[in-house]
Amino acid sequence: MDLKDLYRDVILDHNKHPRNFGQIADTPSRADGHNPLCGDRLTVFLRLNGERIEDIRFEGKGCAISTASASLMTEAVKGKDRTAVRALFDRVHTLLTDRHAVADPSLGKLAALSGVREFPARVKCASLCWHTLNAALEHGAATVSTE
Amino acid sequence: MAAHPSLTSATPVFDVERVRGDFPILATRVNGHPLVYLDSAASSQRPLPVIRAVDDYEMHSHANVHRGVHALSQAATAAFEGARERVRRFVNAASVREIIFVRGTTEGVNLVAQAYARPRFGPGDEILISALEHHSNIVPWQMVCQQTGCTLKVAPINRRGELEFEEFVQLLSARTRLVAVAHVSNALGTVLPVKRLIEAAHAVGAVVLVDGAQAVPHTPVDLRSLGADFYAFSAHKLYGPTGIGVLYGREDLLEAMPPWQGGGDMILTVSFEKSTYNELPYKFEAGTPNISGAVGLAAAMDYLEGLGVPAIAAHEQRLLGLATAELARLPDIELIGTAAHKASVLSFTMKGVHPHDLGTILDAEGVAVRTGHHCAMPVMTFFGLPATARASFGCYNTEADVAALVAALKRAREVFT
Repeated sequence: MDLKDLYRDVILDHNKHPRNFGQIADTPSRADGHNPLCGDRLTVFLRLNGERIEDIRFEGKGCAISTASASLMTEAVKGKDRTAVRALFDRVHTLLTDRHAVADPSLGKLAALSGVREFPARVKCASLCWHTLNAALEHGAATVSTE
Repeated sequence: MAAHPSLTSATPVFDVERVRGDFPILATRVNGHPLVYLDSAASSQRPLPVIRAVDDYEMHSHANVHRGVHALSQAATAAFEGARERVRRFVNAASVREIIFVRGTTEGVNLVAQAYARPRFGPGDEILISALEHHSNIVPWQMVCQQTGCTLKVAPINRRGELEFEEFVQLLSARTRLVAVAHVSNALGTVLPVKRLIEAAHAVGAVVLVDGAQAVPHTPVDLRSLGADFYAFSAHKLYGPTGIGVLYGREDLLEAMPPWQGGGDMILTVSFEKSTYNELPYKFEAGTPNISGAVGLAAAMDYLEGLGVPAIAAHEQRLLGLATAELARLPDIELIGTAAHKASVLSFTMKGVHPHDLGTILDAEGVAVRTGHHCAMPVMTFFGLPATARASFGCYNTEADVAALVAALKRAREVFT
């Protein structure tokens, strides 16, 4: 287990300078995620056009893994439709949890999160934003948690 | 030539290397590094005498207690009741009737909440706690408030993490029925002036429960001198097993309380019309207890008295002083909780690094610290933090452990430049 596998430059960069950080005013498509044990908290905002995510933003406070994962996620899903996002969620889940997963070139920059699977206690940090995105797409009212 | 008086009367050196030899787990390597265990406030490790006592009981003495006439049942009963007497001596209670075995501090607090407070309290009554409390000394009282209509009051702390004594006294009144306070804060290490708090509470006629989970491992506790009405602690923070703890209660209070749980061992006679309850302490011990746990707890108390609790405390205070000074020299570290009187707990944050990331980086270096809200979310809220990292020192920690912590923190700074 190597720290450099977890805290890759891409992760540190997205933690320090999160992309698409902020709110989308007056959107009904939003959801909150909260992992109270470690204190990660974020809100995902969507502007949908039919099935397509036209814009996505997030805000919140959390560890480097949760912040970077959310930032990378917003870049990856912007412009995609629900079906594509769902398929991507599945591939990210495999990336985060399956130690035998082969490299998936379609993941692009998200592949930087592959180190998380060597740190089982941190999978919940990386996956919180994805579950929160899911809730925003489904207009789920309850706060999401991955703890 | 006669020996110099100061040499002959010098206090014996605390032999930490010998102590470390008693704890097999300390030989573990974590992520390629020797284990540096700085999480004793969450759960301390077990020394060989505890492991062996439990093992010996399981191999040679186990049967159910208070039941059979056969030899093993009598051996188990003797071991279990011997453990109760051991606990009584350790905390200097007046009688074994005041020593109730529970699962841990949490169960002890819940027992008092449900069997003392709930049947007595009602609208207009108040329960006073401090802003430093662990969730286990908050939530049981919130439940009592919901059940009875009584009110929960919270005495504030200052920015150093100390209880504001004057404000605590201001909150006491004839309405205050019960005061529940930690002896030592688990999140910050603050030692509360419990004797003064108890005296002030008694002056208005309130009974006092002290959560002693973090105190008993670090300071000699004399319950008769302290004057607490209830005092709860856990074995696993005292170098004993998990799943066993103690609720001390003043005998007259316990006598007047109804049983908490019904079942075997807590009754004298049972018919379908009526059952009569057993005497203290068995009235509060329904079902087969954690016998091997009690045996382990007694062995832990023997072990600690062998080392000397004041000697352990002095050793830990040296480490706390060293660690506090070392961390104060790191520019990005902020200590959370700087009370004048502290147990060996150091809560801190590093600028620009979330405590959870800090925990992972320290773990990669073999350094085990707790990160998170430490089951004290109101304390975190008070300081405006989601979480802190917490290093806590026990009898087996060394100056080298402090150096390893400092080196690991510097490594974290490198990763997050």
